[in-house]
Amino acid sequence: MSVKLTIIEQMERIAREHGKILAPLKEDLVLADCGLDSLGFAVLVARLEDTLGIDPFSAAEDAFFPVTLGDFVKVYEHGRR
Amino acid sequence: MSMAGVEAPSLRNFVANADAPAFFWDRAASARFTDLQRGTSIDGGRLADLAGRSVLIATAGQLTTALALIELDGCARRLVILPPDTEADHLDALIAAAGVEAVVTDVETPRRPAFDIAARAVCTPSIAPVAERPPVRRRSEWVLMTSGTTGVPKLVMHDLAGLTAAVHARSPADGAAVWGTFYDIRRYGGLQMYLRAVCGGASLVLSSAGEPVADHLARLARHGVTHLSGTPSQWRRALMSPTIRAIAPRYVRLSGEIADQAILDGLRAAFPHAAIGHAYASTEAGVAFDVNDGLAGFPAAYIGSTRDGVDMNIVDGSLRIRSPRTASRYVGIEQALTDDDGFIDTGDMVELRGDRYHFVGRRGGIINIGGLKVHPEEVEAVINRHPQVRMSLVRQKPSPITGSIIVADVVLKSDQQAVPTRQIELKDDILRLCRKTLPRHKVPAAISFVPALNVGATGKLLRRRR
Repeated sequence: MSVKLTIIEQMERIAREHGKILAPLKEDLVLADCGLDSLGFAVLVARLEDTLGIDPFSAAEDAFFPVTLGDFVKVYEHGRR
Repeated sequence: MSMAGVEAPSLRNFVANADAPAFFWDRAASARFTDLQRGTSIDGGRLADLAGRSVLIATAGQLTTALALIELDGCARRLVILPPDTEADHLDALIAAAGVEAVVTDVETPRRPAFDIAARAVCTPSIAPVAERPPVRRRSEWVLMTSGTTGVPKLVMHDLAGLTAAVHARSPADGAAVWGTFYDIRRYGGLQMYLRAVCGGASLVLSSAGEPVADHLARLARHGVTHLSGTPSQWRRALMSPTIRAIAPRYVRLSGEIADQAILDGLRAAFPHAAIGHAYASTEAGVAFDVNDGLAGFPAAYIGSTRDGVDMNIVDGSLRIRSPRTASRYVGIEQALTDDDGFIDTGDMVELRGDRYHFVGRRGGIINIGGLKVHPEEVEAVINRHPQVRMSLVRQKPSPITGSIIVADVVLKSDQQAVPTRQIELKDDILRLCRKTLPRHKVPAAISFVPALNVGATGKLLRRRR
């Protein structure tokens, strides 16, 4: 499964588990508006480490977080290379 | 056995009152400790040299400590018991703080410069006849060490009367007993089992560091153990061994960690006819209470009433205890053991659910998830309820978003590990149980299946501190 599909699947799953409704998951969707709260994102990052084997955010030297879903996917695609 | 009217009973009085020979057994050797009535295990008749002094018991094995305690109680002024994994770097500070004047070792005790400053005697498992023993003439001080994870352990002052106050209360399944424990007797929990054996004139099967669980269980079976105690983590490990079926204790006891319903039910299933009890005790507070109804937590009625001389209250969620079994003071440091009303703050957090209080974790162990708090132990208790889970460890993981998040390492019951597809289903199933029971932030973000979890020398699950 592609990185992007894995991320989207996990987001949908966490939204279901947390009782949240997701906005349509388009490339330019601003993550802050996607429907997951900060706990939801924290869980997402931890789950992705479990399934993709990387945590690009904790590995990074300075704190950064992508703004859009497209950026978020790129961080993982980049980290996986 | 009534001690009424006897001035300062010592362990030797109990040994003298034993109706039959009784033994200490460890992995490699054994000793008939009732022979200490007319013999000594202290090499070269040096016992008289130790009389009236502050004596550090620094043996490599538990068997020699077990014997030395009987030899020295009522003879030495102070018994200072050194736990097995004390860091060598701490020895000088501990020896100075406890005013140690003599050291009892065994032949396997590692050579340490710290031991050279003091008079030294060697204890062996063999008991040689002796013409005359120094008379029992004093109430010895007993100094135990706390099992703090960092820094020099604290020294805690007890006496035999306080240490054995809970021993004399009849425990379930009294009668001819063979005691066993997964603990080390050089710490409070194990010492309680040792004292139960010696005061009752009963034999004791000692644990041995590094011994595989199955071998230990086989030894317990060979000696016909009737009363067996350990931490919930030690019991969980024992239940994973098929050799558990070789033993049939009449009394099963848990203490030292939170006994959740899953482990109580697991032990009930393994030992349908045993009395099963969990106890609350700490090095400082002593044994506070036993719970023998097979349920986790303790009845709310225990709080605010005096039971068995013990008063308990709860301040800011933490259990406080005042009892004749508590230590009298710390040794070598200026720190009050109790508050002005004589209560010890245990730092163990409790929560009222229905008509019972449940332990939820340590005050210092709280994990902060984006401002919301969680005790790892309360999450473990839920995970452990899953029928396929043997034990679990919930730990914090840094999160770029919430500061921390919790993840769980889970040990499954036997044979569940194999199939990967089954593992995904199982993770989902465990998480579903968590979501059903816990608020959202207390549900682990991820679960990993691991073959084993680390259990420390104290018998407690090792929690890595960040």
